[in-house]
Amino acid sequence: MAASATSWATRRGIGWWALAFWIFMLVLPLMGSAFPSESFDYYMFMGQSMMVYAIAVLGLNLLTGFNGQISLGHGAFFALGAYTAAILMIDFGWPYWATIPVVAIVCFGAGFLFGFPALKLESHYLALATFTLAIAVPQLLKHKSIAGWTGGVSGLVLEKPDPPFGLPISPDQFLFYFCLLMAMILFWAAFNLLRGRSGRAMMAIRDHGMAAGTMGIDTSLYKTITFGISALYTGIAGALSAITVAYVAPDSFALPLSIAFLVGLVVGGIGSLPGCLIGGAFLVLVQNWSQSLSDVLKETFSLQYDVPSWAIYGVLLLLLMYVMPTGIAGGVLRLRGAIAGRLRRVETVRSKPLVLQSEGEKH
Amino acid sequence: MTAILEATGLSAYYGPVRALYEVDFRIETGGVTALLGANGAGKTTTLRAVCNMVRRSGTTKLNGQDISRLATEDIVRLGVAHVPEGRGTFTGLTVEENLKLAFHVRRDRAAANRDLDLVFTYFPRLKERVRQQAGTLSGGEQQMLAISRALMLGPKLMLLDEPSFGLAPLVVQEIFRILRSINENEHVSMLIVEQNAALALELADHVYLLETGRVVTSGPSAMVQNDEALRRAYLGY
Amino acid sequence: MELLLQQIASGLTSGAIYACVALGLVMIYVSTDHINFAQGEMAMFSTYIAWALIQAGVSYWVAFGATMVIAFAGGLLIQRFILKPLEHAPVLALVVCFIALLSIFNSMAGVIWSFTVKQFPSPFPKGDLTGAGLVSYHQIGVVGVTVVMLGLLTCFFRFTTLGLAMRAAAQNASSARLMGVRVSWMLALGWGMAAAIGAVAGMLVAPIVFLDPNMMTGILTYGFAAALVGGIGNPGGAVIGGFVVGVLENLVGTYIIGNELKLSFALVIIVGVLLLKPAGLFGRVNVKRV
Repeated sequence: MAASATSWATRRGIGWWALAFWIFMLVLPLMGSAFPSESFDYYMFMGQSMMVYAIAVLGLNLLTGFNGQISLGHGAFFALGAYTAAILMIDFGWPYWATIPVVAIVCFGAGFLFGFPALKLESHYLALATFTLAIAVPQLLKHKSIAGWTGGVSGLVLEKPDPPFGLPISPDQFLFYFCLLMAMILFWAAFNLLRGRSGRAMMAIRDHGMAAGTMGIDTSLYKTITFGISALYTGIAGALSAITVAYVAPDSFALPLSIAFLVGLVVGGIGSLPGCLIGGAFLVLVQNWSQSLSDVLKETFSLQYDVPSWAIYGVLLLLLMYVMPTGIAGGVLRLRGAIAGRLRRVETVRSKPLVLQSEGEKH
Repeated sequence: MTAILEATGLSAYYGPVRALYEVDFRIETGGVTALLGANGAGKTTTLRAVCNMVRRSGTTKLNGQDISRLATEDIVRLGVAHVPEGRGTFTGLTVEENLKLAFHVRRDRAAANRDLDLVFTYFPRLKERVRQQAGTLSGGEQQMLAISRALMLGPKLMLLDEPSFGLAPLVVQEIFRILRSINENEHVSMLIVEQNAALALELADHVYLLETGRVVTSGPSAMVQNDEALRRAYLGY
Repeated sequence: MELLLQQIASGLTSGAIYACVALGLVMIYVSTDHINFAQGEMAMFSTYIAWALIQAGVSYWVAFGATMVIAFAGGLLIQRFILKPLEHAPVLALVVCFIALLSIFNSMAGVIWSFTVKQFPSPFPKGDLTGAGLVSYHQIGVVGVTVVMLGLLTCFFRFTTLGLAMRAAAQNASSARLMGVRVSWMLALGWGMAAAIGAVAGMLVAPIVFLDPNMMTGILTYGFAAALVGGIGNPGGAVIGGFVVGVLENLVGTYIIGNELKLSFALVIIVGVLLLKPAGLFGRVNVKRV
């Protein structure tokens, strides 16, 4: 897992792929104006959800994939972001875009604070604590003492924002752009974070915490801040989800949501930035197709009841752990590496070995 | 004499690193063979390879039966008792439980009970401590417990990995004296790995000298003891 | 006063169930160092099997025994086929694997038996001991079954050589192998037993909370709390932890925070114990090896 996680950022050509992807995403909504169709707004909504999930998975990936702290409870930060945005919009009449910075600060603070107890919890204990957090979240949100803010069991209904400046696009097209903008900023920030000194420190802590400590890295500080940043990302995703869905309800933030993030992480690739996008897309597709998939399964195996998307998540997680432990992104890299390696074998023999090069630099 | 254990072309690997290079050796039935050599020569690895505890190739035969592909547990069940490096004490179990663990694999309960009495005659100190947690024993007592656990398996062959390690000289002498009597009275063949060459040469009748994973020379102990050049070069005394 | 007694009685009942869940968790933790997040769903699934057997006309105790056997076999198979290949995998891979099992069992139960709530019979007579609705026979039965099971387990581990071999394998696998113990089978056996104990927990709790695929979520959370309070490597501690947590939950729920925050209370216990007394009340401190 670790090998692919450190190599992707330095891989040449990734910039071009990223550029191509983002340009494609920028052009995508224009297709709707070119070829109007009834269901286009729905496709736009799927695109929004995909970016929401991608950002949330990126948040989890920063923590788990790049820093080695396992969280099964990121749904809690997603919920925090969603509710913060919703309450600011409803009770304080804030515009949707103004909630994002506040959500960022609130969720960073919450994550940072959660990072302190997390410091003392070794790998599976942290998984255990966050797992319990994920289970406790809906009950907390429903509690009567805060029902005046959260709307209790029934949740909060929001208004979908209209495109500003009288832009000639539909609200869903506009929200797509809004999510895209946020995603671009957040992925760019993550890319720079991971490429630099802090990113190396984060990964060093993941690969060998104690050794990182002896190298002079302040592991506690890095771990708590990573927890904060991770929560910030997932929280913003939550806020975007509240804005795009225009509805928040406690039961949508239960354990399955946290598990969905984990699925996105594992499917896309633990410790891979592009993998987060793949994971996000995957989650949206599964949700979208779950009914038809369930129907197919029902018919094939002559089942009596519906097959929930949980089942697909579970089977997939298990399979991936055996077949493709580095996720789709890692799998593609490995495949490319294998092919390129075969082509390049002759070349490698002639070129100078890597070890000698680095020794030469020292002199 | 017949060989109880015969290894041909035995190699062993730790991941990509090779630690043993096609070593051949045989251990006479009823005898004591010593494996000597410096740190990293592959002595411990040889013992581990015999028990299939590392990735290995080559053949090992126990009384003519090929045991190369058997699992560690099955080799043990055929009568090879390995007293491991670091003594392998079950620290959370009592001394008695450490010993009675052998009952799990032994069918002949009566004989196993006799062996328990036997162990206590060799190591009366353990009898005083039967109910004590094994983790609270001293180093010497834990070494005695390790040998006793091996003895409880009713073995034909004992593999001993540095029984003197970290122990006071007096305790070491006691343990080696007991090992000799176990060899003589119970007819248990032994393959012993030691840093303390002089001590091992006294106990052993046959010696293999290892260097960086290869057998340098072998022969009767007396030969090595009398060959000053060899002793200086490999055994440091 | 009556309310207090009633709360303590029902606390002991749920405590007994938490204890069973915690026992299963401890069995797996001790032998493999893993925290089995699927323990609750495995128990739930087993309970459905018992329900199906009873629906098919099998008498209660026969179904009870058969379910334990089936659960045992299931646990054994999971260890042999799903977890054994991941023996040397990083913790994250195992956590993912347990979450996968959780999702699979949960949805399989829904697919086979639907998500509608079902009644599950109690083997104990209706009514209660005092006649005033304080302590029901089912409650006494639950505590009784747990205590008997703990007794049997203690005897197994203390007085049989197989139990001894399992303990040895858990403590020092390579040394156990050198004593002829088939370590990987011991782990599978541990999984089987954990699954069977979990099945008992499920069958005991189902008459109280009703049977549905999500019935174990909260119980598993409290099972974790119980295991941690008792010291996660300590079976006896897990049982005491179960009773302590069960009574606490009921008292705190009734008198202090109300029932709506019970899960958060479990979270507080878990994080609190992990931070303040990671070895639990009865566990030994694990020294970290470098």
